[in-house]
Amino acid sequence: MTAISDREQLAYLAAQAADARVNVELESEGMTLNIGPQHPATHGTLRIVAKLDGEQVLSADPVMGYMHRGYEKLAEVRTYPQVTTLINRIDWVGSFANEVPFILAAEKLMDVEAPPRAQWIRTILFEMSRIANITLFLGDMGLQVGAVTPAFFAFRDREHVLNQIEAATGGRFHPNFDRIGGLKDDLPAGWITETRRVMKKMRSFCDEMEQLVQGNEIFEARTRGIGVIPADVGLSYGLSGANIRASGVDWDVRRDNPCGMVHNELDWKVWTHPDGDSFARFWVRLQEVRESTKMVDQMLDGLPSGPIMAKVPRIIKVPAGEAYVETENPLGVMGYYVVSKGDLTPFRVKIRSASFNNISIAPWLLKGVYVPDIVTILGSLYFILGDIDR
Amino acid sequence: MMSASLLLAELSYWQQTSIRVGAGLAAVLLVAGTLVYLHLFKLVSFMQSRLGPMEAGPFGSLQLLAEVGKFLQKEDIFPRKADRFVFAAAPFVVLMSTFLLVVVVPGGPDAWFVDSELGIYLAMAVSSVSVIGILMAGWGSASKYSLLGGLRATGQLIAYELPLILAVLGVVIQAETMNMQGIVMAQAEGEIFGFGGIGNPYLLTQFVAFGVFLIAMQAELTQTPFDMPIAESELVTGYMTEYSGMRFLLFFIGEFATAGVFSAIAAVLFLGGWYIPGIDPADNLMNILGPLVMVGKIVVLTFLIFWFRFTFPRFREDQLQRLAWKFLIPIALTNIVVTGILKVAF
Repeated sequence: MTAISDREQLAYLAAQAADARVNVELESEGMTLNIGPQHPATHGTLRIVAKLDGEQVLSADPVMGYMHRGYEKLAEVRTYPQVTTLINRIDWVGSFANEVPFILAAEKLMDVEAPPRAQWIRTILFEMSRIANITLFLGDMGLQVGAVTPAFFAFRDREHVLNQIEAATGGRFHPNFDRIGGLKDDLPAGWITETRRVMKKMRSFCDEMEQLVQGNEIFEARTRGIGVIPADVGLSYGLSGANIRASGVDWDVRRDNPCGMVHNELDWKVWTHPDGDSFARFWVRLQEVRESTKMVDQMLDGLPSGPIMAKVPRIIKVPAGEAYVETENPLGVMGYYVVSKGDLTPFRVKIRSASFNNISIAPWLLKGVYVPDIVTILGSLYFILGDIDR
Repeated sequence: MMSASLLLAELSYWQQTSIRVGAGLAAVLLVAGTLVYLHLFKLVSFMQSRLGPMEAGPFGSLQLLAEVGKFLQKEDIFPRKADRFVFAAAPFVVLMSTFLLVVVVPGGPDAWFVDSELGIYLAMAVSSVSVIGILMAGWGSASKYSLLGGLRATGQLIAYELPLILAVLGVVIQAETMNMQGIVMAQAEGEIFGFGGIGNPYLLTQFVAFGVFLIAMQAELTQTPFDMPIAESELVTGYMTEYSGMRFLLFFIGEFATAGVFSAIAAVLFLGGWYIPGIDPADNLMNILGPLVMVGKIVVLTFLIFWFRFTFPRFREDQLQRLAWKFLIPIALTNIVVTGILKVAF
């Protein structure tokens, strides 16, 4: 009797052991996939360490700093007018917008205000750099989900905007045009008519993107419900710009906290979307470009005359004090915290760039998604590497 | 075959065979080159508001030679941990499947490579050889991107082989033969409600099968919207990531040559193959005109392939599997049933 039960027990144990062995064999060990630093989807040198189980992401950590250029430190050994040359290169596709908050902070410290015409032109260029920047996104988002052609259309039409920026400032990518107390130059002759034409073209580009990308069933299938950011999570990660507006948060610094620019004198609308997914982020940005072209048109109509430079000393010494100014840049809220000790150079500059916060949600967002969705989500968060690493 | 008469009658077997081998090489490589130039270089450039190559030769027509020369000069890099034999052999396996495919495609009454009674069956069988090559490339590269790409490709190619074959079955039922020449002749001698002027291209009756075949073909070729295995924005270039120089070129040729050959098969099955309405299909003239007609139809069909490729975003892996199993296969099965019923009824 005991022998039989022993045998039964042995058989039971053997079966258990066999089961355990099978389980061990079936359990595949995870794979660590390094997406980047050199990878077509990362716009530069972002690295994402993704731990995968098959194609599912267990955890994903963005590793940044491959392109850190130390602008905050470099700014400390440069005079105020020289700093714009550097900070221009933070978000290199919307570079004029980078200069504005820094200049505004310096103006705030010096208690100077740019004359109205300078403020209007500044706002025009600010919005045009937004158009140039987001146009790139609209094409690039197609590229991320596999459609090559929209990217070419985006580059083609962005060129018109860049040409206008170049005509006004002399620099396609790095204008370095904003000055403390105004602007370097007035607009060239014929610029206004030409810009009106370009804005019309950009609106038809938006229509084209709406049909070609946003209206495509496959694009919708790839982006709807992918990478959903609830509003409270997004806010707690410090998201800003279109990323948070796509989650239904009605927050736009241009409207809520205007500083040194003339957005509040214009008739425009802040677009939000309730869904918070990748599609919503694309949609909100598309509406934003359209809104910006309308703003530029209005500003061209109402452009005041007058000087473009306030009275500022030739050698700029900023009085001691500290100032923080933030503006609604193409990628989100960008702020400069400038501390001055009354010297020719700033004592300390802290740059709050939008992409750094926007990408910080990636580990939370990428957990549990599939490998193809990594690219969709990162593409829809829309970061520029220079804006992350500074 | 008896009709191998006037043109090739005086030649002995080995001479005929060498002509056929030479013609097969030309059919694959020349057609692939034409497609790359016409579609990839030029057509797509015009779609994307650019000019494409303009410097090498008239309108950049010799650009292809420059590209091939460039690839031939490049270093043949093996990853350190690669399985050298498997890695090296993979492109040849992929290209082999293309050459095996082309043998069943007829170009005229005598312009055929192999006139098998099981022509289309053979084609469907050898087309799956490329899966092995792709899996070899994915595994042998010892790269994670390649592995993911290779596995995705395998899953996709196997899934889409089914709708492809099921779509072909409708044509086979209607033509009552698997012989490719027989399918062409059945279309050439067919009638549309008693009107025999243009024959009866099966596009008219098998349009559902044609649609399914085109979609499945796009997937078999791993072209966008089914290019998840390549997915250059996520997997760099999937299973081709580690390849360089000559071996990459082989993959490249394989991709476009297979596009041409699959289009040729689609042209035979649905567009009537090489026959021209009004000319007697047994006429010796068709041995010259037939291949040209085929090339014309191939260009039209590959135009569709590249048009889709450069317009659509890509499906996700699960979405494309769902498309195959939940939509294409039921549609193709329904098509077979309907074709069978109509065949018996009429």
